[in-house]
Amino acid sequence: MVKVAVIRFPGSNCDLDVLHVLGNVLGVQADLVWHRNENLGGYDAVVLPGGFSYGDCLRGGVIAAHSPAVSQVKKMAADGKPVLGICNGFQILVESELLPGALLRNDSLKFTCKWTACKVATSRTPFTRLLEPNTIVRMPVAHNEGRFYVEEDDYRRLASRDQVVFKYVSEDGRETPEANPNGSFDNVAGICNEKGNVVGLMPHPERASESILDPNGEGLGLRVFQSMLETLSR
Amino acid sequence: MIRGRREEKLSTFQVEVVVENKQYVRDPEGETILKDLLVLNGYSSVKKVRTAKLLRMWVDADDQKKAVELVSKMCNDLRIYNPVVSTCAVSASE
Repeated sequence: MVKVAVIRFPGSNCDLDVLHVLGNVLGVQADLVWHRNENLGGYDAVVLPGGFSYGDCLRGGVIAAHSPAVSQVKKMAADGKPVLGICNGFQILVESELLPGALLRNDSLKFTCKWTACKVATSRTPFTRLLEPNTIVRMPVAHNEGRFYVEEDDYRRLASRDQVVFKYVSEDGRETPEANPNGSFDNVAGICNEKGNVVGLMPHPERASESILDPNGEGLGLRVFQSMLETLSR
Repeated sequence: MIRGRREEKLSTFQVEVVVENKQYVRDPEGETILKDLLVLNGYSSVKKVRTAKLLRMWVDADDQKKAVELVSKMCNDLRIYNPVVSTCAVSASE
């Protein structure tokens, strides 16, 4: 049976939401794993949840990136296992250099908490396998430092290697500045590593995984986790 | 005994680390300080503001050069700054 680890850092606050979706909605064996844990060998996949690990001291995600659990996550990533970082989890993946770029303060200078429309840019990752390219997934964002940045040449390389996973779009699917909640480069909401098994995104799929929680009644965020299970079942 | 003698020789140096976004990376906080505080209140001769983060540390070392070397190494090892977007300047005083 598939086993998924959800890493809990001091300051994580979306860990139980992810656990709920995996355990109660999808019926998967998912465990909360404390960040001091040095053995993730028994897990098939790992989720780094959102929150404010270590109070965002110095920079969101940088202290967590040095924790024993994240050195295990690096091993899992190298072994090709699915690794998902949501919000602060995305920041941790960037700061641990599992994903490229940086997540800077929102250009609005405001903590932004709202529903966004995200277009699937690639289905090649274990978290988007069940989502056709150009599908619009509505998910909420809730962050202060979510402005994805890379230098232009690096971005071109990233895009040419199919590493852009989600992009913020308008309701009718256009990449407009208004649809971009934080000023991210080229409306990027989520990316993956070259291999595709490590994915980070700022929006919260776990908060959009049940129709009752989604103003549009879709709950398409669930496909992110279902995609992971589909990948692991192969 | 040897250890005790060595510790006597160490001095404490004050080391400052300034982490700043690279010049071509936008700094909306600096822009807001300039536009909505300085210029609006009559300081229009100020043309640009960039914010940064300052870490002040007290470090035991043989000399100032070694204190700076240690902190510089630490900044790289522990990713005190994200080299994609930031620069890191280290300086020391006794």
